[in-house]
Amino acid sequence: MHTLPEISSQVRRDIVRMVHKVNSGHPGGSLGCTDFLVTLYFDLMRHNPKNFSMDGENEDLFFLSNGHISPVFYSVLARSGYFPVAELNTFRHIDSRLQGHPTTHEGLPGVRIASGSLGQGMSVAIGAALAKKVNGDKHLVFTLHGDGELQEGQIWEAAMFAPHNKVDNLICTIDANGQQIDGATDNVLGLGDIGQKFKTFGWDVVTIKDGNDLQQVGDGMREAINRTGKGKPICVVMHTEMGAGVDFMMGSHKWHGIAPNDAQLEEALAQLPETLGDY
Amino acid sequence: MKKYTNSGNKDTRSGFGEGLHEAGQANKNVVALCADLIGSLKMDAFKNEFPDRFFQVGIAEANMMGIAAGLTIGGKIPFTGTFANFSTGRVYDQIRQSIAYSGKNVKICASHAGLTLGEDGATHQILEDVGLMKMLPGMTVICPCDFNQTKAATLAIADFDGPVYLRFGRPKVANFTDPTEPFIIGKAQMLNEGTDVTIVANGHLVWKAIEAGELLATMGISSEIINMHTVKPLDEEAIIASAKKTGCVVTAEEHQRNGGLGDSVAQCLALNLPTPQEFVAVNDSFGESGTPEQLLEKYGLSSKAIVEAAQKVISRKKT
Repeated sequence: MHTLPEISSQVRRDIVRMVHKVNSGHPGGSLGCTDFLVTLYFDLMRHNPKNFSMDGENEDLFFLSNGHISPVFYSVLARSGYFPVAELNTFRHIDSRLQGHPTTHEGLPGVRIASGSLGQGMSVAIGAALAKKVNGDKHLVFTLHGDGELQEGQIWEAAMFAPHNKVDNLICTIDANGQQIDGATDNVLGLGDIGQKFKTFGWDVVTIKDGNDLQQVGDGMREAINRTGKGKPICVVMHTEMGAGVDFMMGSHKWHGIAPNDAQLEEALAQLPETLGDY
Repeated sequence: MKKYTNSGNKDTRSGFGEGLHEAGQANKNVVALCADLIGSLKMDAFKNEFPDRFFQVGIAEANMMGIAAGLTIGGKIPFTGTFANFSTGRVYDQIRQSIAYSGKNVKICASHAGLTLGEDGATHQILEDVGLMKMLPGMTVICPCDFNQTKAATLAIADFDGPVYLRFGRPKVANFTDPTEPFIIGKAQMLNEGTDVTIVANGHLVWKAIEAGELLATMGISSEIINMHTVKPLDEEAIIASAKKTGCVVTAEEHQRNGGLGDSVAQCLALNLPTPQEFVAVNDSFGESGTPEQLLEKYGLSSKAIVEAAQKVISRKKT
């Protein structure tokens, strides 16, 4: 069994290699959310990679609302055993199940909703959480959203619905990296105090100060899980750094949606030990 | 001309309400969502009997569509209820990505469609919804014609696996279809066999087509009347067979000409059997306030308009 740091290093290698090969995709947010997704899929979630079912009854579910960080999602799904790791090689290519943004349309195991057009995942997750309640299924529903994504109005429709209806089997995590395509979120359309906003809407809020520290992510998410079932949905505000793990991709929004060239790929891989074996 | 009897005016939305209630009794996986229009959508009976399977989402239709998509993950069969405008145009991207592209088994149930919403005016009178919905790959689009058929259609879509747009309306209109007749998705209903002209109608315009057929009969014109309650998938066989027999077609619908039933029929005929066609539909215009009958008259959706279209298209036939 590999350790979480080992898995994270390999997932980051997968991300930059996938994006480099097809010369498109979104490495910045993918690298920033690697520690979160690795923690969820390899430590916290009770799930069934070998026997994927769309309904996901009696297992925890995860919905990626900010679908553009598909590279990290695909890598974590493949490395968890949802589909062959070699398939990462087809990312964004014609006839691939690994579309630019995740979809159920091509039947890729592990994906339960299409995402990419932002702001829709929280509503979907609420629906899945309600279905679990109707079915008497005690498992949890997790989501991930970008902070820029919170500019979408539908998010706040959903944010109002979940506490009113005591959807307390839901943990929505916000990737607070402070960046979006056109620059810093503070400059584009300031989000203010995200945690306070959700608190005011009636959510229980957990903060993870460094979402690129596996220990902190694990502790924060375990705390969030402990708070489920108490009448409130949980919002985790997780501060991350876009591009985390590859020094030259960190500290700006520049690597939101561009791919490294050959030299940059080598430079990135040199910082990321191969642990599980490249695909 | 076959005789049809109106058993008493009823609103199609009430047919939906009854159908939803029965579908809920028949299948515990049927759940319902509403965006602050329970009374308007006639969803009270379902809500009262199945409070744990009913979700009031407030005035937040985008969220409603997403929640409905999510409820299918876990085996539920969600029926969303709001006005047609808020069921389609307002939430197009949510339907496109979370429901249609994701292949979710959501039933989008839309009331107050078209001009016959009446006095509320054009903001609410959507006339583009069928076009919006039929363009989505994998979406089934159904516009039943009366109370009985709307109820039957509601029951039928509960048993059908896949996203559906079900369109109905507010006014009390003739209720004339056989309440015992099961609804078959995608299978046109032959209302009258005729030889001179084919009239293909759906929704509230089906009764107008029957009235038109009676008027045409007094002029010695034999009309074949087809209720095309399912716009997608279109019963092309029925259209082609009828056009072959009569040689000309009138389509009639409470919708924009662009993107509606008429477009679908024209596409079918152009590809299979080019045939003269006239369109009874709203011609690139918004509606306005008025009574349903005044509006149907003013925007050219009356039985008289169907008669005139029939006469015109007959004159265009190649002899």
